[in-house]
Amino acid sequence: MSTIPLEHTMIGSDWHLPKRGVVGMCALIVAESAMFTIFVVAYIYYIGKSSFGPTPRQVLHVPVLGTICLLSSSIFIWLAEREIHRARMSRFKVLWGITCLLAAVFLSGTAQEWYRLIFHEGLTVRTNLFGTTFYSLVGLHAAHVTVGLTILTLVLIFALANRVRPEHAYQVQVFSLYWHFVDVVWVVVFTTVYIVGR
Amino acid sequence: MADASIPVPGNVGEAVDITPPGEFKGTWLEYAHSWIVTVDHKRIGILYIGLGLFFLVVAGIEALLIRIQLIRPLSNFVSPDSYNRLFTLHGTTMVFLVGMPILFGFGNYLIPLMIGARDMAFPRLNAFSFWVSAFAGFLLYYSLVGGEGLAGAGSAPDVGWFAYAPLTELAFSPGHSTDYWTLAVLLNGIGSIGTAVNIITTTFCMRCKGMTLMRMPLLPWLYITMSTLVLLAISPLTAAQIMLLVDRYLGGHFFDTQAGGSALLWFHFFWIFGHPEVYVLVLPAFAFANEIVPTFSRKAIFGYAAMVVASVGIAFISLSVWAHHMFTVGMTSVSNTFFVLSTMMVSIPTGIKVFNWLATMWGGRIRFTLPMLFTTAFLFQWVVAGLTGIILAVAPFDWQVHFSYFLISHFHYVLVGAIVFMIFAAFYYWYPKATGRMLNERLGRLHFWLMLIGFHLTFDFMFIVGLLGMPRQIYTYMPDRPWTTLNQIISVGAFLQGLAILIFVYNLFYSYSHGKKAGPDPWDAWTLEWATSSPPAPYNFETEPVVASRRPLWDLKHPEDPDSAYE
Amino acid sequence: MSYPGSDVTLARLRARLRWCAFMPLLCCLGCTAQKANTSVFSSFSTPAHNITRLGYFVLGVTGGICFTMYALLVYAIVRYRACSSDVDVEPPQVFGSTEIELSWTIIPVLIIIVLFLTTAGVIFGLQDAPKPSSALEVVVVGHQFWWEYRYPQFGVVAANELHVPVSETNRSRPTFMKLTSADVNHSFWVPQLAGKTDVLPNRVNELWLDPHVPGVYEGQCSLLCGVQHGKMLLVVHVDRPEDFDAWVRQQQQTAVQSEQVAAGRHVFETESCINCHSIRGTIANGRFGPDLTHLMSRKTLASGAIENTPENLKRWVAHPDVFKPGVLMPSMQLSQEQLDELTAYLTTLN
Repeated sequence: MSTIPLEHTMIGSDWHLPKRGVVGMCALIVAESAMFTIFVVAYIYYIGKSSFGPTPRQVLHVPVLGTICLLSSSIFIWLAEREIHRARMSRFKVLWGITCLLAAVFLSGTAQEWYRLIFHEGLTVRTNLFGTTFYSLVGLHAAHVTVGLTILTLVLIFALANRVRPEHAYQVQVFSLYWHFVDVVWVVVFTTVYIVGR
Repeated sequence: MADASIPVPGNVGEAVDITPPGEFKGTWLEYAHSWIVTVDHKRIGILYIGLGLFFLVVAGIEALLIRIQLIRPLSNFVSPDSYNRLFTLHGTTMVFLVGMPILFGFGNYLIPLMIGARDMAFPRLNAFSFWVSAFAGFLLYYSLVGGEGLAGAGSAPDVGWFAYAPLTELAFSPGHSTDYWTLAVLLNGIGSIGTAVNIITTTFCMRCKGMTLMRMPLLPWLYITMSTLVLLAISPLTAAQIMLLVDRYLGGHFFDTQAGGSALLWFHFFWIFGHPEVYVLVLPAFAFANEIVPTFSRKAIFGYAAMVVASVGIAFISLSVWAHHMFTVGMTSVSNTFFVLSTMMVSIPTGIKVFNWLATMWGGRIRFTLPMLFTTAFLFQWVVAGLTGIILAVAPFDWQVHFSYFLISHFHYVLVGAIVFMIFAAFYYWYPKATGRMLNERLGRLHFWLMLIGFHLTFDFMFIVGLLGMPRQIYTYMPDRPWTTLNQIISVGAFLQGLAILIFVYNLFYSYSHGKKAGPDPWDAWTLEWATSSPPAPYNFETEPVVASRRPLWDLKHPEDPDSAYE
Repeated sequence: MSYPGSDVTLARLRARLRWCAFMPLLCCLGCTAQKANTSVFSSFSTPAHNITRLGYFVLGVTGGICFTMYALLVYAIVRYRACSSDVDVEPPQVFGSTEIELSWTIIPVLIIIVLFLTTAGVIFGLQDAPKPSSALEVVVVGHQFWWEYRYPQFGVVAANELHVPVSETNRSRPTFMKLTSADVNHSFWVPQLAGKTDVLPNRVNELWLDPHVPGVYEGQCSLLCGVQHGKMLLVVHVDRPEDFDAWVRQQQQTAVQSEQVAAGRHVFETESCINCHSIRGTIANGRFGPDLTHLMSRKTLASGAIENTPENLKRWVAHPDVFKPGVLMPSMQLSQEQLDELTAYLTTLN
């Protein structure tokens, strides 16, 4: 054989590799999922094991408004993503702004709930096992929402200053993966704490 | 497109510009600064390895102090609390500050070169991960001066490297020594997750043209697998440590047994991390063997596809075996039996790998260079490591030897006999690539023989003293126990290993300026990293390589019999 | 051109063979019988015995596998090592073989099945063994750094030295223990009698043993529990039935009340010893430290750390930290006179 097959017939224009941002974000999501799983397991393990102090049934109110807001923020961020892919920047700004608002409503709902639990119901991290696991799990999720909201707000500010361009659609797509992840985690946390745990 | 996209070996010097990068032009300070701000994967790899080597010496000294204390019964060479700090630091340092950094360092250095890429996917994340890990190391050792533990001035953590609760709760560990452990390991974990994200993204997204996943060298495959395990395993530890911090600082009760918390929960969470962690450490050792055995047997790896499936299988199964570290905590017979089964199942894909290495050597022309010497020792020692693992998987027998020196010897057979030996092999193999110099042969042989003899003196006899009932983590033992002579032999072996490692470290520095010059391909190997200069240019490859098989350089060196004809 | 390492292989082989000859010899060294035999292969109770038998079987199987693998490896490195004439010749490239790979997947699976089924049998046999009505019940409570033993059937509270009756084939009287901890994790391990069981707070574990031969069996705590984990020893006295009954009767009595040592008892009761210790028949009712009602019935002090003699007892009370640095018992700063009186009192507590 005199010819060296330096190139396979398949490659050239057919060589496609996944995009870095998406793969990296998915890897991060895998790691975060593992962490949340452990907190959920701890929560479930300690359900009913508090021998004193307030119980979930006594003090927890289902956060309907916050949940609706957070879950619908996923829809709005998806819509915003569509708009930036189509280079319709003004619609993108509006939809992105609504996403921010919904996230902020969720967080303030959590803050109000915690205020009520701590000052009116006497439930803190150190009260009993329920207190420890509740604040840790919900708090961990809220921390992730806070990080997401911070990035959402930053992007909103840049967008309002006309610095966000259609070329940034990819970065928006990568971030929205994170945001969807946060929402999915809320579904799990919500089910564990407010449905199963009560 | 017939332009030579891949440099042609043999006549490499004529085909492509492979002049090593020139001398740095600037002051000493500017040179140091360039290393601090670097995002080049090769430099970060070397930084990681340097960090790991430094802590190897530190943790090695801790081991030697432990071994001096155990030379005779009722010794007071160190106090009981100092002893507890010594083995806690030894274990924590070796796993998190030696093993992970060195292995991440090799991965960082080699993966882009092996897949024909210019750098890792996220170079700045790469640098961040390294510096976070380095800071974590500093934080852990700062505890020696800042710890303020029970027994007086400045104290390092003393709760064992796995820090079982509730010993780690405030009631039983006042002061800050445990907090240094928790925070340092937590930060180190964040660095590890960053590097794992980087490795996965790089291998999936940055391979050169023609390099499908099934044409990748096995090293990147094993690093993908190891990184996936890191993502899945380090997070549980991070979670558990956050819970411990909530207990210690916010008055939580996750592991506070006096308030209804559970000691068992820490066991589960820690070992859900801890078991995959040991596979995180050993898979790169397998990766090195996958590259070194074929090169020095002069044959392609036997059963490439089986190796990929076996490696992924090992990682997958290893997620389900964690409670074999907990056979004695009082789980039900059904639970114990399940974990016996899952643990024994890990041996199937592991055995496949060993057989494939053997089959690669079979019918080859084996050259016993220094990398191959260490790899051969690794093969013999891995057999014992794996088989003693099977012995420990037999839960009733584990009820006897769990937490005895039999267990310590088993995991040191894995960590030292397999992983450290393969790290040495990897050094001898790739040092010429990174520096352009061969490591000194005589010093290397001395290193090998001292290490081999010392290793076996220590760990072969350690099995025996464990079978004679000596538990671990005891600062001394009574004179009426039949352990003294064995402990003395073990300690002698430890010092031999220490000497071997010092010789090796000296060799690293000595050969940098005095070693025989190595060309781009001193071992006549077949993967892409050997197609660059030694050391490679900062951009790695002149143009993006295009490959048509698993061994692109074999294809070029043997145009009459290229691998691409078989795949 | 000979490459480095070509002369190395045979020398390595010889070194390996030398080790194989040495090992059994050195094994015997370790096995020379001394006062305490803690070998896992020296079994005097059914759980330990079953484990030993299983252990031999597993060691046999894995030893066979190891021998086979070593033989193959040695053959490969000897037979297929490169000669100096091999420099430019590459061997035939073999990429795999489905039949071979299948066989070395299936054979290990079969071996694993055998090992697993054998193991499962022993697990269920030991863990789920039913408790006979003749069984002695003992509650073991682990403390930092001592052991508390309670016999609920007899109302006995003891510390640091466990007494159990021998269990003969025609008069089976196993001991069924429930283990828990008052503080951190510990582990109860007496190799000659059973495998170890962890002793965890907020959890009750179970362990049973049926020693066949009277004698003294030793072990120690096997899970890091703090600074004095290394000296939290275990001493198990396996008594003949009549001796055991006598011991129980003795332990059931309240403390000896001798007028000669009233001064010492006064020191005990006023120097806050009663905050931690109990002596039945006095006002001392502390739970933190060992019950001292029958202190002199024990051969050792401080959970096996030192021999129980009057001199040692006095030095222990004066400075516990000397024998067991970090132990939770403080030095009470007693005067020499108080020490003498106190020791005189304590040595009457048979």
